[in-house]
Amino acid sequence: MGKRVLVIEDEANISEAIRFILSRDGWEVEIHPDGTDAASVVTACPPSLVILDVMLPGRSGFDILRSLREAEPTRAVPVLMLTAKGQAADRELAARFGATRFMTKPFANADLLAAVRDLAVT
Amino acid sequence: MSVNLLVIACLAYVVFLFLVAFAVERQAERGRVRWLRSSLIYTLSLSVYCTAWTFYGAVGYAARSGLEFVTIYLGPTLVFVGWWLMLRKLVRIGKQQRVTSIADMISARYGKSNLIGVLVTLLCIVAATPYIALQLQSIALSFAAFTSELNGDGLSDRQDFFALWVAAGLALFTILFGTRNLDANEQHPGVVTAIAVEAVVKLLALIAVGVFVVWVVADGPGDILTRIDAAARPEWAIQPGRWIGLVFLAGVAIICLPRMFQVTVVENADERHLATASWAFPLYLFAISLFVLPIAVVGLELMPSGSNPDLFVLTLPLTLGQDGLAMLAFLGGFSAATSMVIVATIALATMVSNHLMVPLWLHFKKGPAGRRGDMRGLVLNSRRLAICLLLGLGYVYYAVTGGSAALAAIGLIAFVGVAQMLPALVGALFWRGANRIGAAIGLGAGFLIWLYALFLPSFGPGVFLSAQVMAEGPFGIGWLRPYALFGVTTLDPLLHALFWSLTLNTVAFVTGSLLGFPTPIERVQGAQFVNAFDIQAGARGWSQSAAEAEDLLAMAQRILGTAETQRFFQAHAAAQGKAGFLPDTTPQFLDAVERKLAGSVGAATAHAMIEQIVGRAIVSVEDLMAVASETAQIMEYSNQLEGKSAELERTARQLREANDMLTKLSVQKDAFLSQISHELRTPMTSIRAFSEILMDAEGMPPEDQVKYARIIHDETIRLTRLLDDLLDLSVLENGQVNLDIQEARLSDLIDRAILASNSVQPQRKFRIQRDSAAEQVKVETDTGRLSQVFINVLSNARKYCDADAPVMEISVARNEDMIEVDFADNGSGIPFEKQALIFEKFARLTDQMQAGGAGLGLAICREIMINLGGSIAYVPGQGGAVFRVSFPQVLARTEPDQGPVSERSAAE
Repeated sequence: MGKRVLVIEDEANISEAIRFILSRDGWEVEIHPDGTDAASVVTACPPSLVILDVMLPGRSGFDILRSLREAEPTRAVPVLMLTAKGQAADRELAARFGATRFMTKPFANADLLAAVRDLAVT
Repeated sequence: MSVNLLVIACLAYVVFLFLVAFAVERQAERGRVRWLRSSLIYTLSLSVYCTAWTFYGAVGYAARSGLEFVTIYLGPTLVFVGWWLMLRKLVRIGKQQRVTSIADMISARYGKSNLIGVLVTLLCIVAATPYIALQLQSIALSFAAFTSELNGDGLSDRQDFFALWVAAGLALFTILFGTRNLDANEQHPGVVTAIAVEAVVKLLALIAVGVFVVWVVADGPGDILTRIDAAARPEWAIQPGRWIGLVFLAGVAIICLPRMFQVTVVENADERHLATASWAFPLYLFAISLFVLPIAVVGLELMPSGSNPDLFVLTLPLTLGQDGLAMLAFLGGFSAATSMVIVATIALATMVSNHLMVPLWLHFKKGPAGRRGDMRGLVLNSRRLAICLLLGLGYVYYAVTGGSAALAAIGLIAFVGVAQMLPALVGALFWRGANRIGAAIGLGAGFLIWLYALFLPSFGPGVFLSAQVMAEGPFGIGWLRPYALFGVTTLDPLLHALFWSLTLNTVAFVTGSLLGFPTPIERVQGAQFVNAFDIQAGARGWSQSAAEAEDLLAMAQRILGTAETQRFFQAHAAAQGKAGFLPDTTPQFLDAVERKLAGSVGAATAHAMIEQIVGRAIVSVEDLMAVASETAQIMEYSNQLEGKSAELERTARQLREANDMLTKLSVQKDAFLSQISHELRTPMTSIRAFSEILMDAEGMPPEDQVKYARIIHDETIRLTRLLDDLLDLSVLENGQVNLDIQEARLSDLIDRAILASNSVQPQRKFRIQRDSAAEQVKVETDTGRLSQVFINVLSNARKYCDADAPVMEISVARNEDMIEVDFADNGSGIPFEKQALIFEKFARLTDQMQAGGAGLGLAICREIMINLGGSIAYVPGQGGAVFRVSFPQVLARTEPDQGPVSERSAAE
């Protein structure tokens, strides 16, 4: 499988920062900025970890998460929800849909890295 | 004391009464009647109940039967104390129906039937004539007693002569003040006030004699009580059955006596007076009866045996040499007698005229009455004639039978006679099922039994009924003996007659009512009477008809007089919105005319007269509809309830809407805050991440460091812009904008906006079509703000227009003082369901990547345009997205917090 992390995030600056942080730690980072076909990208080649935004163009992050959990090939793929929506309701929704972990923006780079190391199935 | 002095005193007193009545009538004509129509005058006028019978006869009654005379006051006292039950309703209906007499009231209730009116009138005449005779007799007797020419009961020619003069004088007084004019309300303030004065005189006289007897002749109350005990006789013992009967009889009489009805109901000026009278009148009765027994007892002691106890009030002071007191007593008795005669005559004359004379005249004069001739003259003259006839009848009765019966007996016989009206009257007020058939049969039966069992026998055997009939019954039928009907022999004649006449009367009345079928008018009137307290509007007895208003006017003029009628017609025409004197003959108007006429000639006659003009049977669909007046009232009430319920529902809906709106606003506010939070966190995330990266930048190439620092810089600007937008929006929404109004050419503004918007996705090439000629217009507005709107619209097009070869067409049009600038692209436009959303805050339709803004742009545009006195709108159905920005060419310079605010609120 390798150490591949798929970042589904529409904000270019944020995904650029994540790429920098993870690459420096030796992760292979792939960025996908659109929600519409995000699920199929994951299915096509399941990564060690998915970092998933919620507010995405085309399709909500929660929606993508649910379809990932419903499909057999992606059911076990760890998903780190990373969102600027930090309310309790969002956190609950993420847990219900099967998010492996939930982090709010802005985040500390070290926390993000620790989470990726912790969650990624390698 | 000389006869002349007595006659002079009498004349002086009468002249005084004339002056009082005359002065009051004058005041009344000038409209100054307020104090005259007070509850005091009303209560005093009720004392017309206390006639010469009370004044003289009560003492005689006490001398013969002890305390029993009190029953005559107890009955009225109970009725007045319980005024709420019956009197109040009588007075209310009397006013509603403009009743002129008791006959009028009963006939009005029973379908305005004149048959009933005639029956009641006849009954009252028969009952009242001996009563009037009694008053004349009492005056003659007192005159005789005074002049010491009397021994025993014999009457000389001189007294008859005096009685005749008195009758003539009373007729004159009654005609003068009782038939002065045909008053719409049939009220006689002059007469009533004179009666009130007489009430005071008779009360003072009786109390004066009483005080004299108790404190001068005897040694005070204690002594009097001892004397009463000593004088008690076996026949003074109280007989409970008789007491109950007499109390009941007197109570009925105070309601049914025509003269009492006249003063209680017809002359009543204000219903509230009745409330006062309910305690004041019993008080008067108490005062006037207080000294009756002492005078009787002392009279029995001091006067020679065989003296007429009926005259003790007069003879006692005379015998004791108190001439002044005797004169006062004489005037008191004179007052009592004359007041009764005057009021009774007025009441009876009204009845005779309204129910006998005028109907006869109408009957014999077929067809609509001619237009000429004043019928007021006819009515008034018929009343004058009736007054003379009644007093004449009374005098003849006195002359023929004078002195034959004790005073009290005649009074009680008359009471039983008028009591025959009770079932019909009570039925009228409380039983809607009562009808004219029942009333007629009941009245007839009661009348006949009264005549047969009490009135005719009272003349003594051999006058009307032979001694044989009295003793053995007609044709020897024992159970038909006048004093022992159906074999009942245990009651005395008075109670016997009262019992049988009222029982059979009531049975006949109820049976007739149950078997008979009420006419529509009866039903209408029944509902009006029984529900008198619930009724607001008048009856609707008349249906739309061909009645000519002009004929009505002509007829009414003859009853009411020209000026009064024209005023009345004009007022009604005006109320209908018509000029002139002729209103439409609506049912309401006909009803009003009928009521007006009824005030002068009685309900039955008024109805007949209108009928003549309308010229057809009055029972119609509308009448039948009116029958359901009670139902209609209930329906109206129900409608009101429904209306109220609808109103409540409306209020509830408004509240619900307000609540929904608040909920929505609250949700919007939460969403807004959540959006702001998100919009702030996003740039902050980049800033934090890159700043942390730069903090640990060992070995990082300098160009990367610069690159990341630039990201931080850009995101900070983005944050600032977001905050600026929020503040801007807040200021715009609160209308606290300081507009910087400048003059500019529209084309220049658009040029600038295109240039500025080019920085958005500069890689996209837009073809822009413009109408240069139309853009050459000078505008005077906040050009900076307007440009901001243009830039926003153009930038949006650059972001969202999905055409492969995007085209932006800018067109300018003028609509009066407004400039309309349309920005149309050739994309796929905005879906219908989202068009309403685009101007809301954070209503970004697509994604952030494309938009790049926080989603406040159009919301800000909308607020700016409102502040500029214009608007921005999405124009649907044009293919691509079309935004129309319209604004006044010249924006008036106003205080910053005025114009824009009001326009803003108007726009929302």
